[in-house]
Amino acid sequence: MASIEIANARKSYGAVDVLHGIDLDISDGEFIVLVGPSGCGKSTLLRMIAGLEDITSGDISIAGNVVNDLQPKDRDIAMVFQSYALYPHMSVAENMSYALTLRKTAKDKIADAITNVADILGLTALLERRPKALSGGQRQRVAMGRAIVRKPQAFLFDEPLSNLDARLREQMRTEIRKLHRRLGATSVYVTHDQIEAMTMADRIVAMHDGIIQQVGSPVEIYDHPANIFVASFIGSPAMNFLEGTYETKDDNGSDGAGIRLSDGSLVSVLPADGATTHQAVTLGARPEHITIVSDANSGLAARVDLIEPMGLSTLVHATLAGKPIKIFTMDRPDYAVDSTIHVSFDMEKVHVFDTKSELRLPPVIEPHAPLTE
Amino acid sequence: MTLTGHTSTRKMLYWGSHYLMIAAFVIFALFPLYWLLKVSVTPNDILYTEGVRMWPSRTTWENYTFVLTQSNFPHYFMNSVIVAGTTAAVTTVVAALTGYAFSRFAFRGKVIIVALMLITQMFPLVMLIAPIFKILAPLGLTDSLTGLIIVYTAFNVPFATFLMQSFFDGIPKDLEEAAMIDGNTRFEAFRAIILPLTLPGVAATLGFVFTAAWSELLFALMLVSSESASTFPVGLLSFVSKFSVDFGQMMAAGVLALIPACLFFLLIQRYLVQGLTAGAVKG
Repeated sequence: MASIEIANARKSYGAVDVLHGIDLDISDGEFIVLVGPSGCGKSTLLRMIAGLEDITSGDISIAGNVVNDLQPKDRDIAMVFQSYALYPHMSVAENMSYALTLRKTAKDKIADAITNVADILGLTALLERRPKALSGGQRQRVAMGRAIVRKPQAFLFDEPLSNLDARLREQMRTEIRKLHRRLGATSVYVTHDQIEAMTMADRIVAMHDGIIQQVGSPVEIYDHPANIFVASFIGSPAMNFLEGTYETKDDNGSDGAGIRLSDGSLVSVLPADGATTHQAVTLGARPEHITIVSDANSGLAARVDLIEPMGLSTLVHATLAGKPIKIFTMDRPDYAVDSTIHVSFDMEKVHVFDTKSELRLPPVIEPHAPLTE
Repeated sequence: MTLTGHTSTRKMLYWGSHYLMIAAFVIFALFPLYWLLKVSVTPNDILYTEGVRMWPSRTTWENYTFVLTQSNFPHYFMNSVIVAGTTAAVTTVVAALTGYAFSRFAFRGKVIIVALMLITQMFPLVMLIAPIFKILAPLGLTDSLTGLIIVYTAFNVPFATFLMQSFFDGIPKDLEEAAMIDGNTRFEAFRAIILPLTLPGVAATLGFVFTAAWSELLFALMLVSSESASTFPVGLLSFVSKFSVDFGQMMAAGVLALIPACLFFLLIQRYLVQGLTAGAVKG
């Protein structure tokens, strides 16, 4: 296993810049998830690590060696593709042993390795089959097995679960995680699914428009998003955003700060670092940080648009200050559509973003310091 | 009951007409071959006297014996095998490599090369005979099998390339990338992973080029003057003399000439059946 260092890596296709100077250090044995919407450059970055794309400028090192000019075959990495990319004319066993055969590994060692990995992944009964005769989940496992058998320096995953149905995806998520714990292999995992990112990563790398937006543990990213993009991308249901102007106690006479929404109502927030009075700011509140209150005086009025029961919880869609918001509740509310409810914001949990730069303006004193591992 | 009876009649009508149409087409396509066979076994003396009959009253093999033992036909035949076989092999190799490059790489001038290859297909062959003769003559390539092979290869490569490219386009890029990560160079991945999956394409290209070269007459006639370098389509013309046509012998030679083409397709038909790539990726 090995660490991977990416230093100021850039990628352009002609005049189009896809990655603008990526810096990232991945430590030995770490499970890194690159997450972002399609076209953000995450797959390109992964393919650059694999050697399937040239690096326009910058350096990529694996285990301390710069690999910029090495062919994929000489980088000692394994990759699991979204399409699985199993060799259709080879059996499962041949698919898994292909890399070892190319390395001229002794036959008995190959056989041992295959038996072992097939055992771990539950593929023993399928070894003689062709990929055509396998289900999607089984093909996925073979693709995993093909990577594991080699004992590479690092594993690269390119959206490996997106072709599976929801239940299987959930199961494979756990399995990949367990496998990682067992093998301790440095892994880089690309996904556009923020749930995969949250559940699997040691550290998440959130990307947008070819730039790393934030690197951090899942909880850190969820609780302390660096900007509006990360805040909106991570978390499902997504964070609510309400635009307004920042006000301090001088304006409203109360102790602390607040955001004046477009309809004139005021949401109290912790004093934000770097925010000035009348600055255009965006209030960010996760659905679970908005509470429906029975007392009309202690909450802001919102109109109910839709009630979405999700089993464990219920999601209330409402309109506040002309903007749609979502409220997460463990209760079983039965409000009529278009009825008025009153909501209050958890002032310690909501975020203040500068509307112009979209950056988060952290509270002067963080009520809940970032978790560090 | 009436309802099911009604639908089954309709079904029968549907399938009946279906098979009737297929049968009509097959008869239409195979009738000339049947006629070829029929004339080749008809003795010369009754060829014109019996009128139009589906089968002659007497049959004979003497046309075949004559063609095989008394004519130059075996020699023409071998020439054709050499020319068509080599053309098919060379063209397919070139087309596979070019088609792969067109399918997988983005490179400067790709569009221009593709356009040029298309343009070469636009000229009537007759127009090109004189210039080609002019080019080949000083090189000593007229009246030679090598010259024919070069010309046939040149004419068949563009179409064969597009054919191969479409087959490569159908194979996911991920496969060779996986192989490259597993330890192959790009060429090794092409040879070990992509080529086996393209066998149907290779077979189709081989078959297409082989038949094209096998039956080519115009260039064979114009570029070759000696008996020793004539191919079989030219040889067939030797059965036409100034005053008569030896139809029986000509047809016998034609039947014999069909054999290698049939054998060839028999060999490659297994690969012509598609579906080898199924299961490579989700689908």
